Amino acid sequence: MANTVLRGRAIKVGDNISTDLIIPGRFAHLRSNLPELAKHVLEDTLPTFTSELSQGDFLVAGENFGLGSSREHAAIVIKMSGVGAILAKSVAHIFFRNAINHGLPVLLCDTDRISDGNELEIDLTDFSIINLTSGVRLSCNEISPLMSAILEEGGLIPYIRKHRDFEL
Amino acid sequence: MGKTLAEKILSDKSHGDAKAGDIVVADVDLVFVQDITGPLAIKQFKEIGFGSIAKAQRAIIFLDHAAPSPHRQLSNDHRFLRAFAKESGCFLYEVGSGVCHQLVAENLANPGDMIVGSDSHTVTAGALGAFATGMGSSDAAVALALGKTWLRVPESLLIILDGAFPKGVDAKDLILYLIGQIGAQGATHKALEFSGQALACLSMSQRLTIANMAVDAGAQVGLFPSDDVTSEFLVSQSRGDSYKPLHPATDAEYQQAIHLNLARIEPMVSLPHSVDNVVPVTEAKGVEIQQVFMGTCTNGRLEDLAIAAGILQGRKRHPDTRLLIAPASRQVLAQAIDKGYISSLVESGGVILPPGCAACLGLHQGVLGDGEACLSTANRNFKGRMGNPEAMIYLASPATAAASAIRGEITDPREAM
Repeated sequence: MANTVLRGRAIKVGDNISTDLIIPGRFAHLRSNLPELAKHVLEDTLPTFTSELSQGDFLVAGENFGLGSSREHAAIVIKMSGVGAILAKSVAHIFFRNAINHGLPVLLCDTDRISDGNELEIDLTDFSIINLTSGVRLSCNEISPLMSAILEEGGLIPYIRKHRDFEL
Repeated sequence: MGKTLAEKILSDKSHGDAKAGDIVVADVDLVFVQDITGPLAIKQFKEIGFGSIAKAQRAIIFLDHAAPSPHRQLSNDHRFLRAFAKESGCFLYEVGSGVCHQLVAENLANPGDMIVGSDSHTVTAGALGAFATGMGSSDAAVALALGKTWLRVPESLLIILDGAFPKGVDAKDLILYLIGQIGAQGATHKALEFSGQALACLSMSQRLTIANMAVDAGAQVGLFPSDDVTSEFLVSQSRGDSYKPLHPATDAEYQQAIHLNLARIEPMVSLPHSVDNVVPVTEAKGVEIQQVFMGTCTNGRLEDLAIAAGILQGRKRHPDTRLLIAPASRQVLAQAIDKGYISSLVESGGVILPPGCAACLGLHQGVLGDGEACLSTANRNFKGRMGNPEAMIYLASPATAAASAIRGEITDPREAM
């Protein structure tokens, strides 16, 4: 991974943001045209998301982010929009894997301590977060060594291309 | 300490001693993709560069989500998948065959199998005692290339089922009730394992309905033991040779045990816009419904259509309520024709859709209008799910759906039987 310290602004969303809300099924015909698909990310819940986001900003959610359908496109369009990492209190099982599989860091922490627009600094070497606006330091759940290795390679496909197998 | 069902299957598939919390690499017996996650999976598979799919497993492509295709781009995605099936030797289920999870249950899943599908409701096959789990397209691509996947062995929640369903109550009400109790993330990363005296009376169709929605409680898998019901089902599908008994150890360690008495469950309804927003039908009665949608991997089986036809026979749908019915597979449709269910449903004013996912995910065949409400037998009612974020989706059983279609409002099925 090129950059282990990330800085950006928090964009907050609520609890239970489903993959249907992230990228609705009605846009399934755009799934083979990812730049067009990405224009619709989160539009049913946060229509200003793509226009207000700056490269490297963080998507900061509540509980159970990414629940529902396994559509990997949900993680892809969030990454394509320029989000540097997802922070949430909890993340649904399949979405968590999908994000890591595309090299998009996911950090589990108490996101009540982050407000919309706060400046954050994330150190991916120890999964620590400093809220530069409030001065609060947040601890995060670590991910498994295998997930960490996949993230470091930039995702699952580059990981398998390099290692040719899973290395435990 | 003995092993849970999840630990037993993953020990077998990882050739080791798998315990909850371990990271394992497991052999995959069956990997499948569908038409809206498949194109990405195949592109990722090609990107890996292994050339051919791993030999030891079965690899299947299903055209079910946009079937028949309503869109030029989706038609081109279908062309791409058909071409890959030809060049790779993957079997492809064409448009009209049915929903992937129903076809997996009918034709492919065996007790003790490790199944990876690029669709979250892959958990459905847990009803046959298979460790069946949904993943994204990249994980499916790697399973295609390696014949293996990695997993964290889940902790298991034991769901102990006793008693028998009262009249008008069925498997859908049970799983909605359970999700209402533990919440949409009550089992995140975990396994649900079903046990108890009531299992002997739960048909494979009912088990499939329950396992199907394990993921809607957040679970990685929803497992039933493999028993006489499993054996009879496999024999009925001419797959009796695939049967093997599979049970957890009597001293297996569970993170939590939840007791449910079927006799105390009522017809349940999940209110918009989250699956765990569950109330007894008595608290949702009277909500006007513009569309009833019956079908899907949750409730599109022969038993479901029998219940609906039983209620609707000789009656008409409400004039302001459309009634859409999508049998879960071609086999279900053919049997429902033989038994006369389709005649009853058509005569009551129902529209029969082709076997497949139909209106479930908002692509086609029943997209809702602004402000409309749909009562669906599917598994998800998220905002925007059925193609319109301005619509409301209520989830319920086939009996509640049929009763509500007659009155044009959410109706307690016990009043219509």
